[in-house]
Amino acid sequence: METSQLRIPYFPGCTLNTTAKGFDTSLRASAQALGVELVELPEWNCCGATFPLLADNILDLAGPASVLVAAREMGERLAVACTTCYNVLRRTNLAIQTDEDKRQKLNLFIEAQYEGDLQVLDFLQVLRDEVGFEKVARTVKRPLTGLKAAAYYGCMVLRPASEVAYDDPENPRALDDLLMALGAEPIEYAHKGECCGSYLAVVSAQAAAEMTYSILSSAQKNGAQLIATNCPLCQFNLDSQQAEIGRRHTGYQTIPVLYFSQLLGIALGLDADDFDWEKHSVDPRPVLELVEPR
Amino acid sequence: MRARMSAETLTSELTRRIEEISGENLLKCYQCGMCAAGCPAAFAMDMLPSQAIRFLQLGLVEEVLNSDTPWLCAACQTCYARCPKGLDLSRIMEAIREIVLQERGDYIDLGDLSPRDLAEIPQQAFIACFRKYTA
Repeated sequence: METSQLRIPYFPGCTLNTTAKGFDTSLRASAQALGVELVELPEWNCCGATFPLLADNILDLAGPASVLVAAREMGERLAVACTTCYNVLRRTNLAIQTDEDKRQKLNLFIEAQYEGDLQVLDFLQVLRDEVGFEKVARTVKRPLTGLKAAAYYGCMVLRPASEVAYDDPENPRALDDLLMALGAEPIEYAHKGECCGSYLAVVSAQAAAEMTYSILSSAQKNGAQLIATNCPLCQFNLDSQQAEIGRRHTGYQTIPVLYFSQLLGIALGLDADDFDWEKHSVDPRPVLELVEPR
Repeated sequence: MRARMSAETLTSELTRRIEEISGENLLKCYQCGMCAAGCPAAFAMDMLPSQAIRFLQLGLVEEVLNSDTPWLCAACQTCYARCPKGLDLSRIMEAIREIVLQERGDYIDLGDLSPRDLAEIPQQAFIACFRKYTA
């Protein structure tokens, strides 16, 4: 364990406190092992979970704007774990930067003087650009050698590209490169950024099952033993829909879906007992046993 | 279906309202179909995204208001990323949902959700649904 070199304000978001606790615990432990001190905002609220798309919907920006104001008080950057929160916070920040009318109305409403002078970063982006995957590779104690992993990015860090992407939106690499740094073998497949159905799981379970099936089966056909993702809603959809997929598609074989931070923690040689494996519908532990012990 | 076109429908109040609240110009679309080809939810829709835009261009708004297409759009913005004319269909779908919600009320009923779904589905999905599917 090395001494802390990078201190950065951190926004976990709601889901990492409930259904995605394993994302949060593994991410915090891995960050610490890599010398990154994540300082959680002392007070924060829900980001709103979707970026409002109507031109005059300013009210729905008040929640994320309050988060940005709290983060700005802590420094000039904010690391975000949940990719939905990243998407909403980043786009809200950009709207405040570039749209004077929205900036004025929001500041009046939330009683702030915020100009949008904050860098909103996805945690994977912090790993790539601030820590560096080379350093990650050097810190690995238990390489994931032989593990064939499909990197799955979902929508939120890719689209709209002009506002949120820190990677090639049609051919993203960040997660693939991280997996490679961990010693795993990232597989190529066509569905890395295909939508998993997002919140359609609530209103249209059948559509959501088919959308996740096309992603899962594409990864499997290309040899993946597991899927690694950076989005808590995608993880839930891809993981939990597999029971329904099994009922709809005879002969379907399940595949575990992990947070990239769980793999990172394991590769860094951390104790993975509190990575919340019980929450997974498809237990990833049998596949992980293929990795050589510490 | 048989469509009747007239000067009134082509410039209807409702079409203009959709353009105004979405901030998108419907006439940009030249029907290449790229949005429909890339949409991961198109298989479940009763009207392809490109067809929805065509109906709106022709002023046939009611057909789109009664379609399930806007409700199956998860705003993943793949269509927007690939549209050669830069049309953001997810904003148009949001505008249509907004009009329907204001006219007809909530699209989902919380009481219909099973206790199992309420316990297991991440709350961010519920919050998103309340934003997209309730008036």
